[in-house]
Amino acid sequence: MLFGQLCDITGTDAIVLENIVDTDRLIDILQRSYPALIHSKYVIAVDKNIVSENTLLPNNSTVALLPPFSGG
Amino acid sequence: MILKEFGKAGQQKLLDSRVLVIGAGGLGCPALQYLAAAGIGNIGIVDDDVVSLTNLHRQVLYSTFDVGFSKAEKAKFNLAKLNPDINIIAYKDRLTPQNALLIIGAYDIIIDGTDNFASRYMINDACVLLTKPLVYGAVSQFEGQVAVFNYQNKQGYISVNYRDLFPTPPLEGEVLNCAENGVLGVLPGIIGTMQANETIKLITGIGKPLINSLLTYNALNNRVYEIILSANTESRSLIPATIDEFKKMDYEWLCSPGKLQFEIDGAVFDDLLKSGSAGIIDVREPDELPVPKSFTYTQIPLSQFAEKITSIENETVILFCQSGKRSLQAAQLLFEEFGESKKIYSLHGGILAWLKNNLTEQS
Repeated sequence: MLFGQLCDITGTDAIVLENIVDTDRLIDILQRSYPALIHSKYVIAVDKNIVSENTLLPNNSTVALLPPFSGG
Repeated sequence: MILKEFGKAGQQKLLDSRVLVIGAGGLGCPALQYLAAAGIGNIGIVDDDVVSLTNLHRQVLYSTFDVGFSKAEKAKFNLAKLNPDINIIAYKDRLTPQNALLIIGAYDIIIDGTDNFASRYMINDACVLLTKPLVYGAVSQFEGQVAVFNYQNKQGYISVNYRDLFPTPPLEGEVLNCAENGVLGVLPGIIGTMQANETIKLITGIGKPLINSLLTYNALNNRVYEIILSANTESRSLIPATIDEFKKMDYEWLCSPGKLQFEIDGAVFDDLLKSGSAGIIDVREPDELPVPKSFTYTQIPLSQFAEKITSIENETVILFCQSGKRSLQAAQLLFEEFGESKKIYSLHGGILAWLKNNLTEQS
């Protein structure tokens, strides 16, 4: 799942991918498809838990990429 | 107030509490209205800006009569009409590392309703130093985020803070700037109201506030998504450890290191004009007004800047636009392409600020 301006980059708020072992591999694949993600800032949550390092992805897991917002 | 969770004791807690709202804009206005109406006994309002007509769609505490006046003072005036029995203090100065600890230190709960990363990181760090709970809210286009940071429970355990979520500010260009990008007016109303709700829950001890958790709300599809946060090992080392260190922090620089490197004011701009060697580029879209008459320049709109960048031959380049934001982005692009081989400048405040101080153009 994608949030904020990341949706503008991918053109969608959800992408389904199969057989991805971990978050590093996932980000690598996404960056190849959407190079603008390389220059974007976001945090990664796996099944609604924020992660700060490479994390294994069990079957049917949901990964969320959340960018920071500054607006008020 | 007839609510069994509240009762007289709950209402008394609200009356005894001290809440500081930083930023009386899209988030701050609705938060302030509900906090004043709920009977929070002491409310502080920090904002150094004035009410602007183009912001009234989301800053619903003000009317057209308030345009041009201090937001903090008008907010105080309008809230006093809503609830004359509470104390309200208006701080018209900009919050800086020098005054932040004194102001924040005088309150129990801090609400972040600011609109820029420099303020958000400064407020978070100050709240960590002073162990003050921070009710965070932020919006972008159609989405908002809410969380309660740095809350100390009865056992003394302190919850995660903003730096556990985003340890360092984004670099220039890594996120869209709200002022350039726009926000649906109702959205900060929803998020600001949720901030007021979290604040009332913290004070009265009811419900389950968003501690160690970040809630995101999408106004287009009404999707609510909540994620669980955890402490980030990097976070603690990034926050100034002492009050002295905090006061020396330059949050403006931290949040846009490119900015100070490229930006020049009107006087330096005039000197560079006189020297005659600089290439001046207008990065506004064609047909944007005003058109400056007293100097020559070329036009490369920001939308075509990347593809035309190699055609720029001058060693010294001055970029300008309307307000100085797009020219700063163009400066960043130019720097990425040419690095130190060109001297790159961006006119701070844009052509509008420059024209204000330029007598030749006005005559």
